[in-house]
Amino acid sequence: MKIIVNVVWLLLCMCAAGAHVQALAQGLQSIPALSARVVDTTNTLTAQQRQTLEGTLAALEQRKGSQVVVLIVPTTQPEDITSYANRVANDWKIGRKAVGDGVLVIVAKTDRKLRIEVAKTLEGALPDLLAKQIIDEALAPKLKQGDYAGGLTDAVDRIAQRIDGEALPQAQAGESSGGLNMLGSGFQWMDMAIFMLFAIPIGGAVAKGIFGNKLGSLVTGGAVGALAFFISASLVLAGIAFVLALLFTLLSSMGGLATGRHGRGRRGGGWTTEGGGFGGGSFGGDSSGGGGGGFSSGGGGDFGGGGSSGDY
Amino acid sequence: MQIHFQHRAQRSLGGLLIAASLLLTGCGYNDFQRLDEQTKAAWSDVLNQYQRRADLVPNIVNTVKGQANFEQDTLTKVVEARSKATSITVTPETLNNPEAFKKFQEAQSQLGGALGRLLAVSENYPQLQANQGFKDLRVTLEGTENRITVARDRYIKTIAEYNVLVRSFPSNLTAMAFSYSPKPSFTVANEAQISAPPVVDFEKK
Repeated sequence: MKIIVNVVWLLLCMCAAGAHVQALAQGLQSIPALSARVVDTTNTLTAQQRQTLEGTLAALEQRKGSQVVVLIVPTTQPEDITSYANRVANDWKIGRKAVGDGVLVIVAKTDRKLRIEVAKTLEGALPDLLAKQIIDEALAPKLKQGDYAGGLTDAVDRIAQRIDGEALPQAQAGESSGGLNMLGSGFQWMDMAIFMLFAIPIGGAVAKGIFGNKLGSLVTGGAVGALAFFISASLVLAGIAFVLALLFTLLSSMGGLATGRHGRGRRGGGWTTEGGGFGGGSFGGDSSGGGGGGFSSGGGGDFGGGGSSGDY
Repeated sequence: MQIHFQHRAQRSLGGLLIAASLLLTGCGYNDFQRLDEQTKAAWSDVLNQYQRRADLVPNIVNTVKGQANFEQDTLTKVVEARSKATSITVTPETLNNPEAFKKFQEAQSQLGGALGRLLAVSENYPQLQANQGFKDLRVTLEGTENRITVARDRYIKTIAEYNVLVRSFPSNLTAMAFSYSPKPSFTVANEAQISAPPVVDFEKK
């Protein structure tokens, strides 16, 4: 009887798992990595031209906070440029997190098609008609003559002009330099809080196991303080972190004594080794995630199909 | 002996509580709330974009009317399709009513078809093609159609996620208990027409 029930249960589980398997996208062009403000997979632009273009775009981001990215690909087949551009833009999510102000200028070289894809936030500043005008007046004529750098520079200048005229939330100082600075002050506090919650009890228990109660607490506090200094570069913050971690570890040891009175033996030993591995893992993941370097998307752009396409 | 029994009772009660809370999070009740709301939001966006297109039609019709001897038949078809599409009242309940949903979708695709024909016919009028107002309207209409596509696409994806939750075990039990049923999604109107390969014949004419 029990065996039958078990078999039925397993079958049910398999059904549930099967429903979650979803069809994968088939045969579409892959989305290039967002490595810089100008992504050129065809090597059409010279390094010099790319740098100039990137400079203009970086200046715009510093000024207004908006992110504009130029992408040159050989082809978008089998999709048309409209759906490809929308797919790429929504994957990259160009634009600030809370604002979502991004624009993607995309050129498909062998298809001889181009498109300006505008995020919802900027549809007011850059309506479809204007995008079309920029394509017809700035991009298409120059691209026809093979002057990619000139056409893109003109287009980017006109887009920047429109964004400059739009009232957007202030750009945050130092936000655009990317990498470590992209972790704004709010983000650091979140990191610290998560670190405190998970790593200190675990690390503290391990340290106490090795060095004994008082010395272990001191070691934990010192490590947390040093880390706080490394992250925030502030002695005050580091000091606070040190004291907090020290107190926490000491107090938790008392808690440990209190539960120990129930005579459950040395169950703490098993717990620390298991938890130690977990703490190390979470810290490792944290540090590797921080160092991005270069340009990275703000992650807020929502593209609802605004913008315009054309060919040349 | 009695103390031992009490201990066991306490333990099994604790176990029961943990199991109950696990089951509650596992049954997907909160997922239903989240996805139900998401499908409604996605649906509102679809409606919003269709409305945008309907609002654009009078402008297009007026501009085209200015063109002397424009094919009246094409024009009236657009006007008729628009009034039919806007006459259908859509409520959130439309989502739970496959019949009403189908009617709505048919009316909208008819309007889309009529507009497409209008644009195709307009190619025969060079004067209209040179008209800046008409050119601008074309770009705006193109952008609107594009937004409709994106909105529909998002709706389809949200509905798929929702329907999977409704149908898959164990959340289907929750769906039954709270009467959540699968919601209708967009389909291609002329499926048979599209799947048939096009006949190319240059001999005619």
